[in-house]
Amino acid sequence: MTAADPFARFRMATRARIGLGRCGDALPTAALLDFQLAHARARDAVHSQADFAAVAAAVAPHPAVEVSSAAADRSIYLRRPDLGRRLDDDSRARLAALPRPETPWDIVFVVGDGLSATAVSAHAAAAFAACRAHLPEDWTVGPLVLARQARVALGDDAAHALGARMVAMLIGERPGLSVADSLGIYLTLDPHAARLESERNCISNIHANGLSYDEAGFKLAWLAAEGRRRGVTGIDLKDEAPPLLAARAEPPKLG
Amino acid sequence: MSLYACTLGATRHVFDGLAALMACASPRRSGDELAGIAADTDERRVAARLALADLPLTAFLDEPLIPYETDEVTRLIADTHDRAAFAPVASMTVGGFREWLLSDAATPRALAALAPGLTPEMAAAASKLMRNADLMAVAAKCRVVSAFRTTLGLPGRLGSRLQPNHPTDDPTGIAAAVIDGLLFGMGDAVIGINPATDSPAACIALLEMLDAVRRKFDIPCQSCVLTHVTNSIACIERGAPVDLVFQSIAGTEGANAGFGINLAVLQEAREAALSLKRGTVGDNVMYFETGQGSALSADAHCGVDQQTCEARAHAVARAFSPMLVNTVVGFIGPEYLYDAKQIIRAGLEDHFCGKLLGVPMGVDVCYTNHAEADQDDMDTLATLLASCGVNFLIGVPGADDVMLSYQSLSFHDILGLRHRLNLKPCPEFHAWLERMGMLDAEGHLPPPAAGNGAMRRLFAIGD
Repeated sequence: MTAADPFARFRMATRARIGLGRCGDALPTAALLDFQLAHARARDAVHSQADFAAVAAAVAPHPAVEVSSAAADRSIYLRRPDLGRRLDDDSRARLAALPRPETPWDIVFVVGDGLSATAVSAHAAAAFAACRAHLPEDWTVGPLVLARQARVALGDDAAHALGARMVAMLIGERPGLSVADSLGIYLTLDPHAARLESERNCISNIHANGLSYDEAGFKLAWLAAEGRRRGVTGIDLKDEAPPLLAARAEPPKLG
Repeated sequence: MSLYACTLGATRHVFDGLAALMACASPRRSGDELAGIAADTDERRVAARLALADLPLTAFLDEPLIPYETDEVTRLIADTHDRAAFAPVASMTVGGFREWLLSDAATPRALAALAPGLTPEMAAAASKLMRNADLMAVAAKCRVVSAFRTTLGLPGRLGSRLQPNHPTDDPTGIAAAVIDGLLFGMGDAVIGINPATDSPAACIALLEMLDAVRRKFDIPCQSCVLTHVTNSIACIERGAPVDLVFQSIAGTEGANAGFGINLAVLQEAREAALSLKRGTVGDNVMYFETGQGSALSADAHCGVDQQTCEARAHAVARAFSPMLVNTVVGFIGPEYLYDAKQIIRAGLEDHFCGKLLGVPMGVDVCYTNHAEADQDDMDTLATLLASCGVNFLIGVPGADDVMLSYQSLSFHDILGLRHRLNLKPCPEFHAWLERMGMLDAEGHLPPPAAGNGAMRRLFAIGD
C-alpha cells in the first residue's frame, strides 16, 4: 500500500484483509501471495508431525511417554473423530503398566497434536512448565503423555489408564489464517471415557499474540484447585480466577 | 419398514428401509461414512440408485424417514404437504421425476407451482439421481424471490452478504470492513455480522451501529446480527432496530433442540420481527443458515443421510417465508465433507433442493484449513452457482474471516462473477450504487479513483 492508503487509519483496528486494492476485479500479486502463505502455514500446521522428542527433552527430567490414538494416520484422523478420541490398545496397555504412586496422581498432563502440530511444537513444553509452576506444591503430577492423532477426549482415556484424579489436555487448536499455532488446554475432573464436553473447562488462544504461558498456567491452576475443592469441572465451574496481575499485587496496606 | 432390493448379476443388494436406501444412494461423503450408513462399495451405491429410480414418489408420503410421532419436522412436512400442487407429478417414479424436471415441461412457472407439493425427501431423492450439471440445469429454472428493503432472486441478479466480522466486535474494525465491502458493491442481500459476544446488549450496540450507517448513506439494504433467535427476540423487546432475525436450523427435531430452538420459537421470532414493520418493499424477515452434517454432529440424524437431513432443514426454513437462506457448505469440516469434490457437490445439492422447495437459497462458498480444499476450488463452486442463479453469495474482506477462522469468498470474487457473467446486484441496491456515482456506463463497478465522491463519503462513515 502507498502512503495514500485510504484504509490506513483503520488498520490498527482490525486484522481483516481490508483495502487490498484491485487489478481489474482481482487481487494484486502481493495480496494474493500473502493469502497463499497464510493458508500454506495453516495447512502445514494440520499435516506436519509434532516434535514430541523436543517436547520430552524440554520437560526433562519430568518423565514423558509417547502414545497414539486409534486413528492410524492423519487422513483417518480427519475423517474419524471417534478414533482420535481414544487410545490404541497398545498405548492404553503401556500407560496402565507404568508404575503408580500409592495414592492416585493429583493431575496428569496430556499433550495432543490435535489440529496444529505447530502449536504443540512451539508452546506445549512452556505451557506445561507454567502450569506446574502455578499448581500447589504438594500436588503429584503424573508422567507427561504425548499423544499423536489425538482429539480432546483422548486425555480422559489416557488419564483413566494412569489412574489420575484430573487431566489437563494441551492440544493444538484448528488453525486460522491469522494464527496457525494456537494451543488450548482442557481440564477434566475424574476423567473416564464417558465424560461429556460440558464436563470440561477450556482455556484457549495460547500463542504469541494471545494468552501468555504464565496467564494460562495461572488460570489452569486456579480451575484445577477450585474444581477439586468443589468436586466438579465444566459448565458448573465458572472461570472466576482474578486477573493474574491483581492476584500477584501486594494487598493495599491499611493506615 | 419396507425392504428395497436390486439384483445385479449374482448379487442381490438389499436395503432395510427407505432411509437406508437413500443413504446408500447418496454420493460418497465422509459424514455418511462416519455415521456408518453409506454404501460400502461403489456398486452398492449404484444399486441403491437403480432401486430408488423405480420408487414411486408417493412412497415418501407413505413411509416417513423419521417417525411422525417423534419428530416435529416430520409433522411440519406432512401437515403442510399440498396434495393439489403435488398432483402433476403424483404418478411419477423418482427416475421419471428427474427426467421431468430436466424436460422443457418443467418451466419456471410449473416448478414454482409444484414447490408446495414437494417434500424435502422427494427433492433429495431426485438429487441423488442427478449429476452436477443436472442440479444446475434445474436450479437455473427455479426462481424464488424475496424482499425486505431490497428484492432478491430476480433473473440476471446476484446478491451478496457483506460479512464484516471482527474477533472482538470492535466498531472501527467492523466499519472498515463495511466500507471496503460497499466499495465493491456488496451488501444487497444483507450486511450481517456474526457477533463475538452473544449478549443482547452487545448485539444491540452492533444493530444500532449498522442501522446508523444505513440511514446515514440512505442504503437500500437490511442488516442482521447473527445471534441466537431468543437474543433477537430480547433485542426487539428492548426496541433495537432489528431488520432480519437469524437462526441456524437443522432437519430434525433433535438437532434443532441442540441449537436450542423449536418451530414455536421460530414462529414467535418471526411475529416479533414482523411487528416492527421495517421492510419497505417486502416483509420477509427471517434469515436461516443450514449445512450438511449438522444433524449428525448433534447426534440426532436418526439414521438419515446428511443431504436428506439438509433438505429437511430447507423445509423448516420454507415454513417461515424467509428473506435469506444459505448453506454454510464447507464450514463444518472434513469429517462431514472431506474435500473440494464433496464440498462442491454438496453446495450444488443444497442450492438445488432449496430452490426446488421454494426457498430463497444462497450459499456461503467456504472451507476450513483442515479440509482438502483451497481458493481455486471456491472459484469453481462460486462460478457454478452464479451460473445457475444462486440468490446470493457471502463475501468477507480478502476471503479471510478473522472472527470465525475460515475462508469464504472475497468481495473481489463476487464482483468478478457479476462482471464476467453479466449479473447485477438487486435493483434497489443497483440504483443506490448509481446514485453514489460508483458505476460506469455499462453498469460495471470499476476500481474507484482516489478521492472520488463515493470514497470520500463512505470514509466519513464514523465522522
